[in-house]
Amino acid sequence: MRYSGFRVIKEALTGHKGWKPVWRDPEPASHYDIVIVGGGGHGLATAHYLAKEFGQARVAVIEKGWIGGGNVGRNTTIIRSNYLLDGNEPFYEFSLKLWEGLEQDLNYNAMVSQRGILNLIHSDGQRDAFIRRGNAMILNGADADLMTTEAIKKKYPFLNTSDARFPIQGGLAQHRGGTVRHDAVAWGYARSADSHGVDIIQNCEVTGFRIENGVCKGVETSRGFIGAGKVGCAVAGSSGRLLSLANMRLPIESHVLQAFVTEGLKPVLPGVITFGAGHFYCSQSDKGGLVFGGNLDGYNSYAQRGNLPVVEDVCEGAMAILPMLGRARILRMWGGVMDMSMDGSPIIDRTHIDGLYFNGGWCYGGFKATPASGFAFAHLLARDTLHPTATAYRLDRFRKGYLIDEKGVGNQPNLH
Amino acid sequence: MIIDHPLLGPRDSSEFTYLGDASLIDRPDPAGEDASSDFYDYAYLRDNPAGWHKELWFHEAGDRSWLVVTRNTVTHEISKVELASDVARAQGRSK
Amino acid sequence: MSQKNRIEGGQINRDKVLNFTFDGKRYSGNAGDTLASALLANGVRLMGRSFKYHRPRGPLTAGSEEPNALVQLRSGALQEPNTRATTAELFDGLSATSQNRLGTLSFDLLAVNDRLSNFLTAGFYYKTFMWPKAFWEKLYEPVIRRAAGLGSLSLKDDPDVYDKGFLHCDLLVVGAGPAGLMAALTAARSGADVILADEDFAMGGRLNSETLTIGNEAGADWAAATVAELASLPNVRLMPRTTVIGAFDHGIYGAVERMNDHLAVPQSGKPRQILWRIYTKKAVLAAGAIERPIAFANNDRPGVMTASALRSYANRFGVAVDRRAVIFTNNDDGYRSAADLHAKGIRVTVVDPRADVSVLKDYEVLSGAQVIDTMGRLGLTFVKIRLADGEERTIECGALGVSGGWNPNVHLTCHQRGRPRWDDGLAAFVPADLPAGMRVAGAAAGDLSTAGALAGGARAAQEALELDGAMPPLPEAEDAPVNITPFWYVKGDGRAWLDQQNDVTVKDVRLSHQEGFRSVEHLKRYTTLGMATDQGKTANMGGLAVMAELAGKAIPEVGTTIFRPPYTPVAIGALAGRHRGTEFHPTRLTPSHVWAKEQGAVFVEVGNWMRAQYFPRSGEENWLDTVNREVLATRNSVGVCDVTTLGKVDVQGADAADFLNMIYCNGFAKLAVGKVRYGLMLREDGIALDDGTAARLAEDHFVVTTTTANALPVYRHMEFVRQCLVPDMDVQLISTTEAWAQYAVAGPNARRVLEQIVDQDISNDAFPFMACGNVTICGGLRARLFRISFSGELAYEIAVPTAYGDALMRRIMEAGAAFDITPYGTEALGVMRIEKGHATGNELNGTTTAANLGMGRMVSTKKDSIGAVLSRREGLNTETDLRAVGVKPVDSVQRVPAGAHLMALEGPVDATRDQGYLTSACYSPNLGHHIALGFLKDGANRLGETMRVVSPLTDEVVTVEICSPHFIDPEGERLRA
Repeated sequence: MRYSGFRVIKEALTGHKGWKPVWRDPEPASHYDIVIVGGGGHGLATAHYLAKEFGQARVAVIEKGWIGGGNVGRNTTIIRSNYLLDGNEPFYEFSLKLWEGLEQDLNYNAMVSQRGILNLIHSDGQRDAFIRRGNAMILNGADADLMTTEAIKKKYPFLNTSDARFPIQGGLAQHRGGTVRHDAVAWGYARSADSHGVDIIQNCEVTGFRIENGVCKGVETSRGFIGAGKVGCAVAGSSGRLLSLANMRLPIESHVLQAFVTEGLKPVLPGVITFGAGHFYCSQSDKGGLVFGGNLDGYNSYAQRGNLPVVEDVCEGAMAILPMLGRARILRMWGGVMDMSMDGSPIIDRTHIDGLYFNGGWCYGGFKATPASGFAFAHLLARDTLHPTATAYRLDRFRKGYLIDEKGVGNQPNLH
Repeated sequence: MIIDHPLLGPRDSSEFTYLGDASLIDRPDPAGEDASSDFYDYAYLRDNPAGWHKELWFHEAGDRSWLVVTRNTVTHEISKVELASDVARAQGRSK
Repeated sequence: MSQKNRIEGGQINRDKVLNFTFDGKRYSGNAGDTLASALLANGVRLMGRSFKYHRPRGPLTAGSEEPNALVQLRSGALQEPNTRATTAELFDGLSATSQNRLGTLSFDLLAVNDRLSNFLTAGFYYKTFMWPKAFWEKLYEPVIRRAAGLGSLSLKDDPDVYDKGFLHCDLLVVGAGPAGLMAALTAARSGADVILADEDFAMGGRLNSETLTIGNEAGADWAAATVAELASLPNVRLMPRTTVIGAFDHGIYGAVERMNDHLAVPQSGKPRQILWRIYTKKAVLAAGAIERPIAFANNDRPGVMTASALRSYANRFGVAVDRRAVIFTNNDDGYRSAADLHAKGIRVTVVDPRADVSVLKDYEVLSGAQVIDTMGRLGLTFVKIRLADGEERTIECGALGVSGGWNPNVHLTCHQRGRPRWDDGLAAFVPADLPAGMRVAGAAAGDLSTAGALAGGARAAQEALELDGAMPPLPEAEDAPVNITPFWYVKGDGRAWLDQQNDVTVKDVRLSHQEGFRSVEHLKRYTTLGMATDQGKTANMGGLAVMAELAGKAIPEVGTTIFRPPYTPVAIGALAGRHRGTEFHPTRLTPSHVWAKEQGAVFVEVGNWMRAQYFPRSGEENWLDTVNREVLATRNSVGVCDVTTLGKVDVQGADAADFLNMIYCNGFAKLAVGKVRYGLMLREDGIALDDGTAARLAEDHFVVTTTTANALPVYRHMEFVRQCLVPDMDVQLISTTEAWAQYAVAGPNARRVLEQIVDQDISNDAFPFMACGNVTICGGLRARLFRISFSGELAYEIAVPTAYGDALMRRIMEAGAAFDITPYGTEALGVMRIEKGHATGNELNGTTTAANLGMGRMVSTKKDSIGAVLSRREGLNTETDLRAVGVKPVDSVQRVPAGAHLMALEGPVDATRDQGYLTSACYSPNLGHHIALGFLKDGANRLGETMRVVSPLTDEVVTVEICSPHFIDPEGERLRA
């Protein structure tokens, strides 16, 4: 069923009787060519591209709960490609380009809104680093704009430039960055994958991998064994738990990241702002809530919730640059479990077990990567070669020393 | 969270800085035969359990002790707090 | 203006009249009113508009669970959007305006959405607005954004002060209704430290809204007496107007106390709100229960409320929403509302879908009947009822109280991801999986009777504190059983609201089910059910029940959404406290700060430190003039710079040298006493962590310096190695960064200056380059002297205990006057180190190896040190590795921008041709042109090559020559002079 304004009108006039389930609810088959474990944004995107771009017909996505229930459903919805390193920037720029065409590709309005993202600069050293980054972005075909404080004030007149502890000295903007309605990304990919024949199987938990002579033959699940030519894992947040079923240890720790939303407010923030001297970034959803976040709580956790010190730290950052937010009220705070990798960059690669593929380690940057991650993982699963924008995301890079450390903090996941 | 410091009693966790898995105490022998592989394991691979986890916290705004805290990563419950130097010695580390 | 709906009774103070305005119109109320009760007293039911359809809305409740009656309180910078009129305490002069409307509240142009509601069903926006592509951002989204949102921020800085505080107690009691009061009393009488917090300004909970008796007195009087007793006890802290917002790990609760929100003029010296972190040994949650509505067609008109809200307005606030009321209830508690209203002279009809209820009451009861529709454009005027026999009847009335049963307020029990349990008898979820240390009592635990609450409160306190002995004697109280037949919505074609603020109707849930959004989380996210400012406190259960019915499942099988903190929304200002503006982070000042200020220094933030950046003099046109002067003066004669901020770690013990051998990649065991050595520390992953010097003051005593930025992480790392890796080494560490003031005296005349200050011989023979030692100055003051140089000049760093820092700086200036000594700041320091080719944070950026920095050979292979093994990995040792280089423009007038990338002279410019990048750049007044440091692939072998540096971001392309990073005195002759 094709969605359109015309269709909405037609259904409205005929009692909305014609809307079909956005995805089917099939029983799992006994065997698929490819099984994706994890019905989050990345898993569903992988399925969509496998079916649509790589002509794979026998594909299933299996999800232990409900699709879109992981980090695609609990993030701050930001998209951007403002990375520094060559291992990252082409990949994220590819992702941003896929975002730009997503709605037409999926025939689903995920509200991709390129309202711009602005990283504030507070010191000379930071400016040098951001200039290097902006140049790297442009050299990789992305857009970047070094803004003066005056220009920033025109867009955000209420930024604190009177008594700031760390005065704003300009900013690096990416005007093509922005926000996306996060849940709709999962649903849009699911709908498209389903329409291309992918089986989306909810409430089906993987309890083990069937590995024979070093070859993965399928997955044991709460709904029985499902055979597969290839198994792709895309369960960021639970990667360690899942891959331990295959006796693998990963260069990943699970950490909690909190995020926040305020009550609905009439538009105040036109774009996305990130503070450069504290932990705070913020945008405003189309519904009116200010969506913001900050740093990890900092300790290993699977609890999907955090504690007050980080809440306070984030709000201090908010008040430092946007003191007009004092009377806006936080409505809800939540925590997501992040696959924090050892160099802050993701992994899309084969494992040492034939037929078992891994996608994870997205730290807290997974949402913006969703389309490219899905595309690159689909590429790897379908063709067994790395996608050209994702050649650096190898699992053996840690052993060999080809690190992609944007922040330069080394093998300590909670600092990335 | 509250960490019951073995020398100082209960302290708010915001006085501490977190490092990670207490296996970081088990630094391999650099002269060992598989040193490069051992160090890769040591520096990069983690059990990352959903459950009980021994981990290193530094009492940065306090007495500068490194502690090994046994904490559940699902419930955040803490069952044991030890001085890291005691743990290290017990595991045979010396000089 | 008259309060036409004010009736007798209640807890308002009729002697204290308060004047206020709503949408500019003047009204009066009384002390003890909320804004909602006062407006209702004045006959105003219309207080807001719904989110999507802009339907007229009045209060649904009398409490903090309110979805509808949201207003903007106060004005100017104090404007506070989305304030619940049902909890806003009335004060004299209060001004409020309605929000989320285009036009006036009674004539909202956006109400056109209501006409279009058939097109604007759940999730319609996911299916349209996709064509043409560009129109989403240019047209549709801006229109949607403007229409969405609720209230407005003022866009002015919040002028109020907020504070934070910390409290400790044996028992925290959340909620001061019968259960909470009894729990607090039981605990307090045992001598325990008790905190009793309640969101309301009047403690007593529902007792204030009921006509029930406890013992021989009215419930409200018993509550007041109990509160008075608690107030008299020294071990009790009563916290009214305090909302416990969250239950965090290990018994830590967050609470927000509103100090000034109920006052026209804030109390002087008091913050607006205080965020409390309450450290509890145990807690009792006695947060009561929330009545839930029943959905039926047009159940959202102003005048339609929960039955208990009508009861509260009548009993507590002395307000009859209308003199004619209908109660629609599926449970016996609805009759309590009916009886109370009846007793106040309000004509009541009860509509009860249960066929088997007694109709023998003092008021009319229609059993087996249902409310099927309502009428009234801006407020309820008629209720349409389908009687048991299928006949329809219309009653003209302005108040309709709805009771679908009570939901125990389990919110805080779920903050650590505990799931509640379904209770068939109550037809509601009750607490199951509790945070450690928490007990639940009273209605929150599902004990809906007053007697049950009193007993539950007492028991919870006894158990929590492990008190011995029997239960305390409890006063007699109502102990009615719960009698309910689940009834969630009235079937029919009309729109029946579940979530009134977000305009989610039964039809939306049906569509959600039809389209496959069937799990609770999908339902919530697809329809926005429960995502409004009330977080679905009155809406979620209804939505869940409808979904359960559609799915043919029991409600608990469908699940429950997760309650997250905060319990009610919290001002960002309160969570930030005083950490804003210049107080955002602490400010650290160096010992020479006052002196530098006297010199007119311009300061710069370096981490939390403020450092002198440069010292402008009159006649200098810009900062560059100043910096050039400072650099030249230093290189030509002598300059002085405060370097106190560099980290200092004292390392002592018999194994100190072995310890440093472990910490630094280069060797320290053989360093002679009285000598300093440059050291490079690696992280265990083989990347450079920090650099600095270690000075050996004695066989068993070193002083290590770190960069300013890494003072803390390096110290932490050193303690990690000491305690976790080499616990038996005889070595102790202490950070002495703050203990010593340290100044660099640099330039050819440096020795002549310091000779006047240092008591010992510091001639080149006695104190050569890289010498160090304990000395005395000015005739006996202990000091440390290091002959090290960051600038590349003959230089010393001299350290004295911090208390003497200011005096020493003044003494150095005095001694240097003859040589025209020049204070220099971080800018000149930066220029001189670039000229000399010394690395700082720009180069040690966390991704560079010793080899990248040109110090590969420093990594000793003869000993173990942190990072040595992993530094040998393949990826860190490729042939085309980056190497530190110098860069100078071919055309000497051109600027070389830091952050630019290095490219071949010819060919396209893109990332695949990237050869490296520039880390630091400056104008060198000594060389008369710009210079830069950077990293270039295979750079060490490319000196002399001509390349381009490109900075498309700043639109610069400069042709440069690659050169040694040591622009000045590469042989180091000046250092040794």
